Amino acid sequence: MDARITLRVDGRVRPVALDTRTTLLDALRDHLSVTSPKKGCDHGQCGACTVLLDGRRVVSCLILAVACDGAEVTTAQGLAEEGEPHPVQRAFLEEDAFQCGFCTPGQVCSAVGMLEEVKAGHPSDATDDLTGPVTLDDEEIRERLSGNLCRCGAYVNIVAALREEAES
Amino acid sequence: MTPFEYLRAEDPAEAVAAVAGRPGAAFLGGGTNLVDHMKLGVAGPDLLVDVSRLPLDRVEETADGLRIGAAVRNSDLAAHPLVRERYPVLARALLSGASGQLRNVATTAGNLLQRTRCPYFQDVTTPCNKRVPGSGCSAIGGYTRYHAILGASEHCVATHPSDMAVAMVALDAVVVVLGPGGARTLPLAELYRLPGDAPERDTVLEHGDLITAVELPHLPFARRSAYRKVRDRASFSFALVSVAAALDLDGGRVRDVRLALGGVAHRPWRAARAEEELRGGPATEDAFRRAAEAELIAARPLPGNAFKVAMTRNAVVATLRALAEEGR
Repeated sequence: MDARITLRVDGRVRPVALDTRTTLLDALRDHLSVTSPKKGCDHGQCGACTVLLDGRRVVSCLILAVACDGAEVTTAQGLAEEGEPHPVQRAFLEEDAFQCGFCTPGQVCSAVGMLEEVKAGHPSDATDDLTGPVTLDDEEIRERLSGNLCRCGAYVNIVAALREEAES
Repeated sequence: MTPFEYLRAEDPAEAVAAVAGRPGAAFLGGGTNLVDHMKLGVAGPDLLVDVSRLPLDRVEETADGLRIGAAVRNSDLAAHPLVRERYPVLARALLSGASGQLRNVATTAGNLLQRTRCPYFQDVTTPCNKRVPGSGCSAIGGYTRYHAILGASEHCVATHPSDMAVAMVALDAVVVVLGPGGARTLPLAELYRLPGDAPERDTVLEHGDLITAVELPHLPFARRSAYRKVRDRASFSFALVSVAAALDLDGGRVRDVRLALGGVAHRPWRAARAEEELRGGPATEDAFRRAAEAELIAARPLPGNAFKVAMTRNAVVATLRALAEEGR
């Protein structure tokens, strides 16, 4: 069953016709050639496909593209502005927060979404006082990014990058 | 995935009519469980009726408590000021579930109606009575670490994986259902079935029934409530065992209590027997242990999950002890 939808991807309007079975991840990668979101597990468990959907971080492998008609999608590729890396991307570079790089676009999108959640005062499972302000310490960062796996094990430097970002 | 048509519903009545009129149709909320099951070949609807954008996305204070729209995202519910303040057990349960990305998508009704399941249910190459009635149960005699110790049957030993639902069951939540015959309400604890000889049915809902809201009654003492989850890794992991509890103390005695268990049964398990044991008694560790043991008399562990009996008992004691200490 085919459907025609329009997405706004990294600031560009992208009409596309696709089978209703297509996930948002496959629509981006295979139909629109936006390949920064990666296909890892394809079951919502690894986070490599993380994008911002209408500003919120989501795993694009478990969302049907047809259900996203009219949505704004931001991938790691679209976070850069005028050729300048996003501050989170810069922090990843400075702290050497990756090895092979496969999970990195998902890590970066997840981190950007996570920082917005913290800014909005959302608690996490690591937050002691549910109604108090959130301090983004290492335990908080690790808990909030548990939906992103890194098989190279670059976690220590990912946490360092986000600690630096949280402090700035 | 098998081919399907897609319809974005404009209002709840349209959604109900569209699903009720077609045996192969299913509602689509956030899709974090359904789309996964479609990919795995476990589910194959021929029509998806998208209800995620219906105007059911508000949390409202009512005369009786709190009314949570079915489409409220798990992350928004956990972050809601009234939930954090009045029902910390619910905020904690939500925050302990899944990952940040999944909580941003998963809806309240979708969380409740995620399938009761086990690894064999999700593996179409293995027999499973829940997936293919009458085909057999691969877990019995197989891998049973995550399986039920209470209320299971010879046909199915799967557990309901939701954290949110365990807290809601403890809080006496009521679900509002819109069906082809109109609207009705039922206690959340009665929504779920035990497997019996029909494990293919997780709930008592009929085809076309749509959950439109969840109502939480006032429970002032739930301000002192907690959710404790024991799992194999620190985050983004299902519960081996979980405990949702609210405790009302009168000096050193238990005036009232709410207790529910997760990870132990085909449905979120209201520990009514333990509650009865606790009410009016001393708020001591011994009493907490006796109450947990009373609930667990009915436990029938499997070879791979006998540890859950002691783990459940200890988690109940630790949760109630912490709440009692908080109150002193």
